[in-house]
Amino acid sequence: MQTYTPRSASACRLAAGAAATLFSALPARASTLDETINTVFASTTGWFVNFIFAPLPGTSFPWIVLWLVVGAVVMTLYFGFIQFRVIRHSLQLVRGDYSDPKDAGEVSHFQALATALSGTVGLGNIAGVAVAVSIGGPGATFWMILAGLLGMASKFTECTLGVKYRNEYPDGTVSGGPMYYITKGFAERGIPGGKALAVLFAIFCVLGSLGGGNMFQANQAHQQIAGVFGDFPGWITGIVFAVIVFAVIVGGLKSIARVTDKIVPFMGVLYCGTALIIVLMNYDKIGWAFGQIFAGAFTGLGVAGGMVGALIQGFKRAAFSNEAGVGSAAIAHSAVRTKEPITEGFVSLLEPFIDTVVICTMTALVIVITQQLMIDPATGLYIVQEGRIATVGGTSGVGLTSAAFGSAVSWFPYVLAVAVILFAFSTMISWSYYGLKAWTYLFGEGKGQELSFKLLFCLFVVIGAAANLGPVIDFSDAAIFAMAVVNIIGLYMLLPIVKRELDSYLSRLRSGEIRKFR
Amino acid sequence: MSDTIIVAYDGSAAGRRAVDFAAALVRGAEGSLVLLHVLEWSPYSFLTPDEVEERHARRKVELARAESAIVAPVKAELEAAGLKVDALIRYGNVTDTICEVAQETGARQIVIGRTGQAGVMSRLFGSVAGALAQVAPVPCTIVP
Repeated sequence: MQTYTPRSASACRLAAGAAATLFSALPARASTLDETINTVFASTTGWFVNFIFAPLPGTSFPWIVLWLVVGAVVMTLYFGFIQFRVIRHSLQLVRGDYSDPKDAGEVSHFQALATALSGTVGLGNIAGVAVAVSIGGPGATFWMILAGLLGMASKFTECTLGVKYRNEYPDGTVSGGPMYYITKGFAERGIPGGKALAVLFAIFCVLGSLGGGNMFQANQAHQQIAGVFGDFPGWITGIVFAVIVFAVIVGGLKSIARVTDKIVPFMGVLYCGTALIIVLMNYDKIGWAFGQIFAGAFTGLGVAGGMVGALIQGFKRAAFSNEAGVGSAAIAHSAVRTKEPITEGFVSLLEPFIDTVVICTMTALVIVITQQLMIDPATGLYIVQEGRIATVGGTSGVGLTSAAFGSAVSWFPYVLAVAVILFAFSTMISWSYYGLKAWTYLFGEGKGQELSFKLLFCLFVVIGAAANLGPVIDFSDAAIFAMAVVNIIGLYMLLPIVKRELDSYLSRLRSGEIRKFR
Repeated sequence: MSDTIIVAYDGSAAGRRAVDFAAALVRGAEGSLVLLHVLEWSPYSFLTPDEVEERHARRKVELARAESAIVAPVKAELEAAGLKVDALIRYGNVTDTICEVAQETGARQIVIGRTGQAGVMSRLFGSVAGALAQVAPVPCTIVP
């Protein structure tokens, strides 16, 4: 019993499209346990989803998308296009040019970036982009790239604050993130309401970690496995995944996480490399593909929703993929030791660039260039069926990306299947950490509190794998965007503090007070 | 010319032989000894979020353990024998770090022990002694 209202016309399409992922002919699930979980889940979360994705009055434009765009634009302008001014310095920081050799053995800028990236690079880059392009048309890619470029400024702001206002404990451990900078930063500036806002963020962060960071991943991983081995009840996959996640986050079996964390970057490079090869193989169509992307961005090329539809999809999927403005990266980066909080901001602004501007664009280009989206030969326009573009073989989600890669490199779908499962796993591990930090903010630091969250997290792995994609993807999106609502309010209030840090650092950099070590 | 000799010590029996050899060299020449212990570390490895958080605390533990279990006893012993000894504990690639310290201290010579393992592992990854023989900026003595 799903409570879809008119607002979720796009979500419905999204659900309908994405439900049939890799191998589109998934038969209806027979398991009654799965159905029970699904029904309960959809009916309890519907109101929250409806609120977050409510359209602006009189339009079909969700207010949350406008919120994210405005936030990123404000931060870009406030810091004078910081993302383009400091990128060279960012790369030097990552390379270790400014790292004091005396600090060797501490987490390096490179490691901080890699850890944060392994939390964001994942299904959003593979499945999310396919959803965006099949609903919004190739033009969605343009808006996705723009959202990625603007998001760099949001990421810069939140990660700087994350390091600056973290909590350090006597045993050397650190807790940081939006809940800490909102509380401390607001108090410092004498703005009331910091505590309440921080609690709200922490609640949403727990939900986001259980939703997008857990259930969505478990769900997609199950779809992948079911696609390879044939359909079977989702809770079985869920239990297997839950046991592995349990072993890592509760049992302290770090070796598993360490192995996946080493394979994930390799998978990312393999993915981009293959995409680049496919694009180059079709070099004669590169110009045409970019033409489609630009034309589609402003005209919609006759796709449902036109330009606005492309824009909504592009921005939505970009935010879901690179998490800029969401606040999760601030939690990941805050554990890093650095004398200058702003350097963590400089490094983190590379994340939306790598995640969205590079990797997501690769996915979109491959889908467009391999001509997976069907064009009516008579009119030259895309064939739109039930709100999304018809694809060769009727695929969508991961399946569409898989088919696009498979049309050029026949064995790649198998690699992709493994990659999706690993990406899902590494994203789950990262989000279990984010959720835990929010949880301990709410309930206090302590072994008991930590264990209770970790057990809850494992339970949601099972629920996520068993539930249908529709309600899961809606709830996941909603929880993560709810984090962004609170976080961006916090960022607006704390902009002057970041500005002060930035000006001070840049002037010391120019004067030579901050110098290279090699 | 400086009369400093660097001896790389990892707590092993071979390392100990290198220390004894270096001590004998210094004793004859009125020089000083740099007792160097390197903790293998790459700033480009991949860490999980938990490891990132624990890193700072763990680094302190690692340094304390290296100091108390490996470096301090040998330093005390050498000083008791009347030698001038500086102890250094560094993070980094072992070979690179030894070369860096050699340049920083203007050392006359590097002394290092070798384990003498000629197995598959050293064929694949090479050995520190072998690499130092190739790249050391100052004369390098490998003690068997």
